[in-house]
Amino acid sequence: MEKVVDPRIYVRTCAALLVLLGLTWATAYVDLGPFNLIVALAIAITKALIIALFFMHIKGSSRLLHLAAVAGLMWLLILVSLTLSDYFTRGWVPLNH
Amino acid sequence: MPILTSPPSESALVAEQFDDIEQQRDAAKLGMWIFLASEVLFFGGLFLSYTIYRFTYGHVFMETSRRLDVVLGGTNTAVLLVSSLLMAFAVRAAQLDQRRALVRLLLGTALLGCVFMSIKMVEYHKDYVEHLVPGTHFEWTGADPSNAELFFWIYFAMTGLHAIHVTVGIGVLLVLALLASRGKFSGGNYNAIEIGGLYWHFVDVVWVFLFPLLYLVGHR
Repeated sequence: MEKVVDPRIYVRTCAALLVLLGLTWATAYVDLGPFNLIVALAIAITKALIIALFFMHIKGSSRLLHLAAVAGLMWLLILVSLTLSDYFTRGWVPLNH
Repeated sequence: MPILTSPPSESALVAEQFDDIEQQRDAAKLGMWIFLASEVLFFGGLFLSYTIYRFTYGHVFMETSRRLDVVLGGTNTAVLLVSSLLMAFAVRAAQLDQRRALVRLLLGTALLGCVFMSIKMVEYHKDYVEHLVPGTHFEWTGADPSNAELFFWIYFAMTGLHAIHVTVGIGVLLVLALLASRGKFSGGNYNAIEIGGLYWHFVDVVWVFLFPLLYLVGHR
């Protein structure tokens, strides 16, 4: 049998997520300059991690599942980094027509 | 005289390619995580185009984002987070073989999904009335209307794709609830519930990123 999780852990997980929602909502109205985006993304990534670890049972599951979950993120990283390295470096070298 | 049915034995629940029910469950979960990885890339393309246009036309994105309804978007975030809690409890009920609780929790999760979709429809209607839907109907009095329209293309593409996922999820939950009420998931055979739960939580995760990136950009 799989390990059945204590229901209080789920309630606490949900409470933490709602607190983080309030936090991201509140910080959106404070001018932090470029840090607004960084704070918003940091909170969103934290929430996603909490959901994956506790609701999706990544915590306590096999190494193989961890690998499959991380693999998706690795491919996303390749997609984003290669595309942005193109977009943000265009115009560095003048083209001769 | 009532017909007595005993729960099916474990061997009846295990397909022949698997050694035991544990291995069958692990295989199902692995398959679902691989599917979710492909979903990450599916949404990833849209998040990438959002990133590029946000950096290219940052000031326009701030102005356009302010036109979205933060209260409706924020409420919907809370609705999805609570629905994920119910889903987690549903999987737990399936693990403990509590049939009635499982059916109720699945229906409760689906109901919250419907609440989410209703609020989303109210929002879309509001956007339509305010001429924010891209196309010939689109009107923008501020600066740079074509790039403002671009923001709304991205907004409708991302929230629309997410809404399709929520709708599919509601359908999956209703089918699971029906099967659960017939006792299909008893005796440790609850793979489908667990996998449906993974899908529902994933849809929640996508919205967790959509809410700050679309609704909260321009409020400082």
